[in-house]
Amino acid sequence: MESTRKPEHPLLAARSGNLRRRRAANRGMEISAWVAAVLAVGVLALVIASVAVKGIGSISLDFLTKNADPNALGSTGGIGNALVGTGILVGLATLMAVPVGILVAIYTNEFASARSRNTIRYFLDLLNGVPTIVTGIFIFGLLVAGHQQSGFAGSVALAVVMLPLVARSCQEVLALVPETTKEAGLALGASRWRTTVSVVVPTALSGMITGALLAVARALGETAPLLFVSSIFAPTLASDPSQPLPSVPVVIFQFSESPEPAKHDQAWAAALVLIAVVLLISIVARILSARMRRRLGAAR
Amino acid sequence: MNYNPTDDLTVVDPEEKTMPRSPGHAESSAPTPAPPVTSEVASGLEEMHATRHVRLDELHAYYGDNHAVRGVNLSFEPGRVTAIIGPSGCGKSTMVRCVNRMHEEIPGARSAGRVLLDDVDLHGANVDVVTVRRLVGMVFQKPNPFPTMSIFDNVASGLKFTGTPRGEITDRVHFALEGAGLWSEVEGRLSSTGMSLSGGQQQRLCIARALAVEPDVLLMDEPCSALDPVATLKIEQLIGQLKEKVTIAVVTHNMQQAGRVADTTAFMLDGEVVEVGPTEKMFTNPDDQRTEQYVTGKFG
Amino acid sequence: MTTETTTATPPVSALLAGKGRGIVDRFGDRALYVLTLAAALLSVAIVLGLAYKIVDEASSAFSTFGFGFLTSSDFDPVKGNFGAADFIYGTVVSSFGALLLATPISIAIALFLTELAPRSSRTAIGTLVELLAGIPSVILGLWGIIILGPFLNDHFEPILHAVLGWIPLFGGQYGLVGMFPAILILTIMTVPIVSSLTREIFATVPPTDKEGALALGATRWEMIKTVVLPYSRPGIVGAVILGLGRAVGEAIAVTQVIGNTAAIHSNIFLPADTLASKIANSYQGAATDLQISSLAYFAVILFVLSLIFNSVARLLVRSVESRSRSSG
Repeated sequence: MESTRKPEHPLLAARSGNLRRRRAANRGMEISAWVAAVLAVGVLALVIASVAVKGIGSISLDFLTKNADPNALGSTGGIGNALVGTGILVGLATLMAVPVGILVAIYTNEFASARSRNTIRYFLDLLNGVPTIVTGIFIFGLLVAGHQQSGFAGSVALAVVMLPLVARSCQEVLALVPETTKEAGLALGASRWRTTVSVVVPTALSGMITGALLAVARALGETAPLLFVSSIFAPTLASDPSQPLPSVPVVIFQFSESPEPAKHDQAWAAALVLIAVVLLISIVARILSARMRRRLGAAR
Repeated sequence: MNYNPTDDLTVVDPEEKTMPRSPGHAESSAPTPAPPVTSEVASGLEEMHATRHVRLDELHAYYGDNHAVRGVNLSFEPGRVTAIIGPSGCGKSTMVRCVNRMHEEIPGARSAGRVLLDDVDLHGANVDVVTVRRLVGMVFQKPNPFPTMSIFDNVASGLKFTGTPRGEITDRVHFALEGAGLWSEVEGRLSSTGMSLSGGQQQRLCIARALAVEPDVLLMDEPCSALDPVATLKIEQLIGQLKEKVTIAVVTHNMQQAGRVADTTAFMLDGEVVEVGPTEKMFTNPDDQRTEQYVTGKFG
Repeated sequence: MTTETTTATPPVSALLAGKGRGIVDRFGDRALYVLTLAAALLSVAIVLGLAYKIVDEASSAFSTFGFGFLTSSDFDPVKGNFGAADFIYGTVVSSFGALLLATPISIAIALFLTELAPRSSRTAIGTLVELLAGIPSVILGLWGIIILGPFLNDHFEPILHAVLGWIPLFGGQYGLVGMFPAILILTIMTVPIVSSLTREIFATVPPTDKEGALALGATRWEMIKTVVLPYSRPGIVGAVILGLGRAVGEAIAVTQVIGNTAAIHSNIFLPADTLASKIANSYQGAATDLQISSLAYFAVILFVLSLIFNSVARLLVRSVESRSRSSG
């Protein structure tokens, strides 16, 4: 490579000027870049390893099935009700966000004029950039103030966080469907809606699933939207969304703020469960995405 | 000019199908006589007979202000293949896309004039564009099977759009694949993806897909330009075998292909049909000097 | 050549009479349009509704304190006096500090992934960096409290103090929690975002420009300095601003490690607080309506900031992308 070549010939050496200094600067840059990359991967490994090491000890069937009680002393209890609660909250949020996200993406791809498309994209980007704590305050004002906390309000908050993610990835994927695929559908005598629903969307389907999975992975880890909306719960197994439901990230948050080491242990264990699920979903989503890109690439 | 191709026919004996000879270009190989109609193609699509004719009456087409097709008058007769040749950009694809009304799918595109199928103007005020496309099928330049569908589903797709009962679909897919000369090659793997076929096979798959809905007219827009010579030859043979079953028009930039495949050839230049006539005459003794210059390679 | 007309072929007009299409099919186009339009309008409505609602929630605080809220350092629930100044200071210091650290690291990573890394490992390493963004913030905060904080307190800060203590910035007290761990955690969170966006921007640099520099005998670094970086500058600025938006809005991890003691001082090793962190910390019982309204006022400030950051970043990133498309 360039940086290891030495100018042997005196002629070249004469013209190289301050080549040594330049090559040193180049080397310096390469080293910094390597260091930065190693640092990033290193921190990732460090965090995951800490969670694994510190959490594995407390994982047990008991832990996964007993209920969380932030106020109880000692290491009694587990995250059973938080697991159920997260499942319900994220499940409801997905049911709300994914269909709307797909429909918005279809609108911008099929029907919108260039100007509406840009406007909608702009608003979705804005929504994506809203701090999740602000979303929590929004839903608090909308659904909780004057009433009480509820799991339903929590799902709505999570759905608002998920929506721009789903919509944007679906938009990108729909735009990747080759124009000629759409034309083939139309030329066969399919109406526009039929072509969209039976040809374009199925072609983009695995990409849309990827987008939905990544949004779910994000929602699973969100704490801030739920704090004002579904955070005060009883240490029992609850599944009624009209009541506040516990969730794993909120429980981790509460445990982490507790002065008791036993609660910290439980926090690590819960974090291990959470991070394992989130990483698993992210990896599956990326594999699906790579597969879809390959398939559509072949069709172009 | 109003040329009626039935006036002086190049008589083609169905038993002994000799293709019209291509003009004496040094590079072109001697045209091979067509093989006898294979039983495969004959048995598929038994029910189909080409009976309808298409007539373009003062057809104009625009892309915004760009006047791409200027007052074309042309007929496609049943039972014979009409080729449209001309240099790139002369408007031949645009003209053909007006027949199945795909031209109007492009934003800013419009057309004027009539396209008559038998006695009905397909561009008429009360005519449903989706139904038009079931009567007039199209095969595109680059094979475009639906990427996520199996071979079977690809061929069946047009049938599913029209709500054909499930029992019928299997048979019609079979006949269509036979009719495209592809059945024997894919018989055992109908459920594998359409993208697993070679380029030539994919294009025959697209032909099968178009034929499955039993259109009256089949438009082929440079169907072999993305294929290798062996695949091209197979499709040219197929065209010869299909012309009894469906009225065929082929756009091609390859003059030798027109010579091998078409009974009637129309030469287009700058959006106008300069001359149309029996293929033999067009290549050996055309009336118009521009036609002569084009077929002898002086331009284009 | 005879074409038998054994069965009479129906006239085209009969075929076109539209018998082929059921009623669902005909109205399908319209129905799809209406449905998808509704979804699109809903999305826009959510953003507008969010803005409206938080402004509404903040209205009583706004009418009580007005814009003076932004400069008042009071935050006393007992006396009912609220002000955002200390928290604004905390937000500014934490996020700018994080971006100061994150920017060079992110650019270095992006350069690594686009120019230096062996091709086969680029996707793998890139994915790993992005996975860092996928770690839930509450887990990073937990790690911050239990591992990073004590480590800094026991090992890093004493050394810093010993070596650089003569600089006032590093000369003061320190503890287990404070602004510094928060800055580090925020850096960890923003690096993946800034680096992946920067990476995309680097990918738009025309290869011919790069080759031209190398052909003149430039070292790789010189090529990067003269071609890649200048070309990408607006995009990088956009990416950094986007990262800034993320850092400003982060509530959970910050509130776990920052010490929740609002004050304005120059020692970054002391506990502090930010706008987002304060909101998160108050979830367990903001007592009075005025307090809640003040927190909503915080939310409005955060929303306005995110609006500005997002719009500016978008403009900058778009300008680079459209430039590459037009010259491409």
